[in-house]
Amino acid sequence: MSNTVSTEPEIIYDKQGNPHEVVDFNNDYEGAKLGFWLFLFTEIMIFGAMFLVFGFYLFQNTPEFMQSSGELNRVLGGTNTFILLLSALCMGLSLVKLRNGQPNTSKKFIWATIVLATIFLVIKYIEWSHEIHLGIYPGSPTLNEMENGTKLFFGLYFTMTGLHGLHIIIGIGVMFWVLALINSGKITSTDFVVLENTALYWDLVHLVWVFVFPIFYLIY
Amino acid sequence: MNNVQKSFYDETHTIFGHHKNKILQWIFSIDHKRISLMYLFVMLAFFAVAVIVALIMRLELFSPGQDFIDPNTYNQAFTLHGVIMIFLFIVPGIPAALGNFLLPLQLGARDVSFPKLNLLSWWLYVFGALLAVASLFIGDGFADTGWTFYAPYSVKTGTNVVWALSAAFILGFASILTGINFVATIHRLRAPGMGFFKMPLFVWGLYATSWIQILATPVVGISLIMVILERTLGIGIFDPTKGGDPVLLEHMFWIYSHPAVYLMILPAFGIASEIVPTFCRKPIFGYHAIAISSAMIAGVGYLVWGHHMYTSGESEMIKLIFSALTFFVAVPTGVKFFDWIATMYKASIDFKTPMLWTVGTFVTFIIGGLTGLIVASVGVDVYLHDTYFVVAHFHYAILGGVVFLMFAGFHYWFPKITGKMYDEKHASRAFYVIFVGFNMLWFPMFLAGMFGMPRRYFDYLPEFEIYHKVATMGSWLFALGLIYMFATLYRGWRYGEKAGANPWNATTLEWQIPSPPQLENFGTIPYVDFMPYEYKDGEPVHHFDLAVKEDSPHE
Repeated sequence: MSNTVSTEPEIIYDKQGNPHEVVDFNNDYEGAKLGFWLFLFTEIMIFGAMFLVFGFYLFQNTPEFMQSSGELNRVLGGTNTFILLLSALCMGLSLVKLRNGQPNTSKKFIWATIVLATIFLVIKYIEWSHEIHLGIYPGSPTLNEMENGTKLFFGLYFTMTGLHGLHIIIGIGVMFWVLALINSGKITSTDFVVLENTALYWDLVHLVWVFVFPIFYLIY
Repeated sequence: MNNVQKSFYDETHTIFGHHKNKILQWIFSIDHKRISLMYLFVMLAFFAVAVIVALIMRLELFSPGQDFIDPNTYNQAFTLHGVIMIFLFIVPGIPAALGNFLLPLQLGARDVSFPKLNLLSWWLYVFGALLAVASLFIGDGFADTGWTFYAPYSVKTGTNVVWALSAAFILGFASILTGINFVATIHRLRAPGMGFFKMPLFVWGLYATSWIQILATPVVGISLIMVILERTLGIGIFDPTKGGDPVLLEHMFWIYSHPAVYLMILPAFGIASEIVPTFCRKPIFGYHAIAISSAMIAGVGYLVWGHHMYTSGESEMIKLIFSALTFFVAVPTGVKFFDWIATMYKASIDFKTPMLWTVGTFVTFIIGGLTGLIVASVGVDVYLHDTYFVVAHFHYAILGGVVFLMFAGFHYWFPKITGKMYDEKHASRAFYVIFVGFNMLWFPMFLAGMFGMPRRYFDYLPEFEIYHKVATMGSWLFALGLIYMFATLYRGWRYGEKAGANPWNATTLEWQIPSPPQLENFGTIPYVDFMPYEYKDGEPVHHFDLAVKEDSPHE
């Protein structure tokens, strides 16, 4: 369906003659947001299942998990937490600016979010390469000689931070798409649901990290 | 009725503007009716494949010992049969095919909330299906783990488990998107005046199902991903040699896959709730009870997964809790059955084919459901676990429940979808053939299972031969019945008489527009200040002609 300019809302009447508006499925702000919230539920179920697995093995291998946690770099992890929180702020501000009718400022904040997200990934890359350099990665000979709890900890560490990193990468892609939509006038100060949903997604991504960070880095 | 009206077969919206090519007009269509038919055809093609695989397995089991396929092929055959039937046929079956067609029509909407997402989920579905098919021809062939992918075998076997897992993950994603689309549609696009308790009961079934799709499918999705990572990288989560726990996978698998069986049956119950009042010419008994029981089954269905694992190592306490909760599911299910029976009580029932299928299902599903209670009892299940009794139970419930009601739905909405009528005589005969074949095929398995015949075995002891012989002969009758039924429907589609807008004198909104419906379904959206299934003296209370646009207030 091409994006036809929305005409007047369709009105029907009941027996008493009261008017009722028919919701236009092509242009339904609340529907778009509802759908996206449902999608966020599925994301929560995905990460929730991973947290469940983590909790299960933490309970079984508490000493090894605590010991392995001490080997992670808390400074880099903490920096990343701060960067993601900052990026979520930028994302929110870009939405506020767009709704205030300042698309250019809004775009600057989206760029800031993209830059911060990229820095997050770079730091993540440094952390991962450090661990891989030490020979700690799933299935590595070094790791296979360690305690079972350590294997599980790092198996979960790479799986969960990897899954989270994938969400960051997808988020960056979506933000470039949003920038293109603002440039082509598809997202405006009155029709901003795509940006709003992107901001919701980004909030979820940073919120997941807010939980991932303490369970891996701070249980030492 | 305006007969020159164009139907959705003549014109459509597509995602990339206009296409001259007829095929492109279909595969890029964002009209929910076309998408539903595309789902239907792909689904039925895979159903045919899985039926053929099943017939091959039954033929191999006709006599003891190896006849014409080897044990490994047999393992791959039952895995292929399970994966196709579950992920490609039953799960998308009623929601994505019939549901997609009917949901907007029954709500008085012009399409679903996200038509483009709807098309995307069909494409994902086809992609996942192709991935599963491709793995047949690569390396050591299709997975041989059973459709449950239990670790540690799924981590160790040399077959293409990763392909099958990826396919299942993508199919799950398609299913999630359909669920999101449907919940948003039901919340946002009901016709003005239609509150939740004025919705048709099929919509209630779809609503409960969609929530299960949204909340349960991601759990199995991530579990399958973890098995993939286990195989490719060795993360250790399900590998006992690294401290992982394979039973954890079983838990996570059934957290989805048990709600998934309610995901399958709830829209099927919805079909029954549409058909029973229509052919009894009576308002349905206990509308609210049926609607709420759907939601209850969906809710309680979440909490029963552990009954698949009585023999995998669970504490006695947990077993008892899961057993009690499983028994509790029978309560809302029983509510539905009593409501349907009460609707039929003292009605002058018109036993047209859809009603025949529905009443037939009452018989088979009761057997499937009550044997479910038998295997839900901890003590009995330890004896019956992994026997043919379980196989017979879930085929009575899924094939004799979901698929039979799906067939009932095919016949019931056939005139709406095609605009033509099938031959009543042949269609009802096909039902009897399938019904007899079905019971011949599965009932002996209850007996064989009780006497100890284990499931998924390639060979068996001589004393089980009689059951296998009868079952295999039943499978031939069943297959013949299927061919008969689909041939009848095909003849109806090609050569049938014009059906008209409302051949059954039904009451819901999809019957108030021409068959087949036009693009965007309704010219006029009605104000719904009445209940569905309102009959008086055997006639529908309300009549509408909603095809064309009206400017004046209605009535």
